[in-house]
Amino acid sequence: MKKIEAIIRKTKFGELKEALLQSDIDWFEYHDVHGIGQSRQERIYRGVQYSTDVIERVAITIVCRDVILDPTIKVILNVAHTGQVGDGRIFVSDVIDTWSIRTGENGDTVLRDKK
Amino acid sequence: MEELGLSLDTVWMLLAAMLVFWMQPGFALCEAGFTRGKNTVNILMKNFVDFMFGSLLFFFIGFGFMFGSDGAGFIGAPNWGDLSFYKGNLPVEGFLIFETVFCATSATIVSGAMAERTKFSMYLVYSAFISLIIYPVEGHWTWGGGWLCDSSADSWMMSVFGDTFHDFAGSAIVHSVGGVLALIGAMALGPRIGKYAKNGSSRAIPGHNLTLASLGVFILWLGWFGFNPGSQLAASGEVNRTAISHVFLTTNLAAVAGGVATMFLTWLKYGKPSLSLTLNGVLAGLVGITAGCDLVSPVGAVIIGLVCGVVLVYAIEFIDHKLHIDDPVGASSVHGVCGILGTLMTGLLSTSNGAFYGHGWGFFGAECFGILIIDIWAAACGFALFYGIKKLHGLRVESRVEEEGLDIYEHGESCYN
Repeated sequence: MKKIEAIIRKTKFGELKEALLQSDIDWFEYHDVHGIGQSRQERIYRGVQYSTDVIERVAITIVCRDVILDPTIKVILNVAHTGQVGDGRIFVSDVIDTWSIRTGENGDTVLRDKK
Repeated sequence: MEELGLSLDTVWMLLAAMLVFWMQPGFALCEAGFTRGKNTVNILMKNFVDFMFGSLLFFFIGFGFMFGSDGAGFIGAPNWGDLSFYKGNLPVEGFLIFETVFCATSATIVSGAMAERTKFSMYLVYSAFISLIIYPVEGHWTWGGGWLCDSSADSWMMSVFGDTFHDFAGSAIVHSVGGVLALIGAMALGPRIGKYAKNGSSRAIPGHNLTLASLGVFILWLGWFGFNPGSQLAASGEVNRTAISHVFLTTNLAAVAGGVATMFLTWLKYGKPSLSLTLNGVLAGLVGITAGCDLVSPVGAVIIGLVCGVVLVYAIEFIDHKLHIDDPVGASSVHGVCGILGTLMTGLLSTSNGAFYGHGWGFFGAECFGILIIDIWAAACGFALFYGIKKLHGLRVESRVEEEGLDIYEHGESCYN
């Protein structure tokens, strides 16, 4: 079992959501994140110019079986890509176990991927 | 027929009073939008207080101060809730309401400039004073039939300037007084924490919701169609129906000219057209046209709007960057600077007695003198009031309250849950 955490552009979220549903992912979580980076954006408010280093992105978290990992990564790389600086990152880590609260089962069977 | 005309005039006055009353939510939303979400309950509450205190105090005392004793002297006699002294064609109770909403408008201008750091209890003291004394006294000198507007041939104004002070709906009487008090209040308070860096450069503290601010400005704009045309206080007969239509047109033209001027100037200056300033630009045009909306031509109204829209941007910069007075919503620039400017430009652009139309400089002199006297009165009261409160009790909340928000500490409620 693997956990995929991807930070992507907000504008790409809708497209990626569709693509993940089309592939084998049964469930994932997402949340809006604010990051601090080296790049700055110029803003003006009431005649005062200032720059903001706050960057808004969407983070999505997917836990999947090992066999699903590569196709899922490919989907994200494909859909969230624009080629401009700031497309985001994908982090992959091992998950020791998964339990279903309803049935009490654990292991790969809990992740109800289509395959 | 005459009876019907008087009824029509009364209905128009009350309709206009409704529109001017509707400027209160306009101010409330505008100020709430331009400030941070942690202080929204506080700023909304202040706008309610201004109208509540204003209505009560103006009814019991201020109305007499303003319209009592035939306009003679420094101040009228307090009426103690008795309206029988007033002798006019229109029903006195309707007239009281109409004048009350103007008084409350003057009062509510200040809350934006003093936003996000004033003790609520001390704001109550200010709000009571403006409705009780500051506004009724200068109102007595002008709309109350007092010496600045005394047109009898042997009056002081007529003998010196050959003309009386003219402020049709209140660029000077309502707006500049509110604006001057706003400036002095903000100065007495000092800037919000974090507004100025150690080297003195100004920092942006973005307001939390420009949608609210925009809606507020549109509401104020609508309210102005009662504020200015309503000040004719009559609608019947050819003279009046022409006059209120003319005022409608000049009011709207100045508003759009102000907004357009500010939009293009900010585009030129900052590289992008700024919404937060264009909102102020529309109001600047409206404030500017208020004094002379009956006397200037439609083209004159456009000129007043354009000048106010341009001067506004520099006034905001000057007050913020040079004077280091922190006015979160720009009330001192919009209402103070443009109120004065509009009054002066009436002396130049009035088609019936303005200097630019070959009628000499007497009327312009009367406008200069009038605005000077009115704003010296407002400034003197402002200094005494705000610095007095500051010395006696303290005007400002503790820094911890300011940092965490006035809503929780001053009111125990938060706006967004």
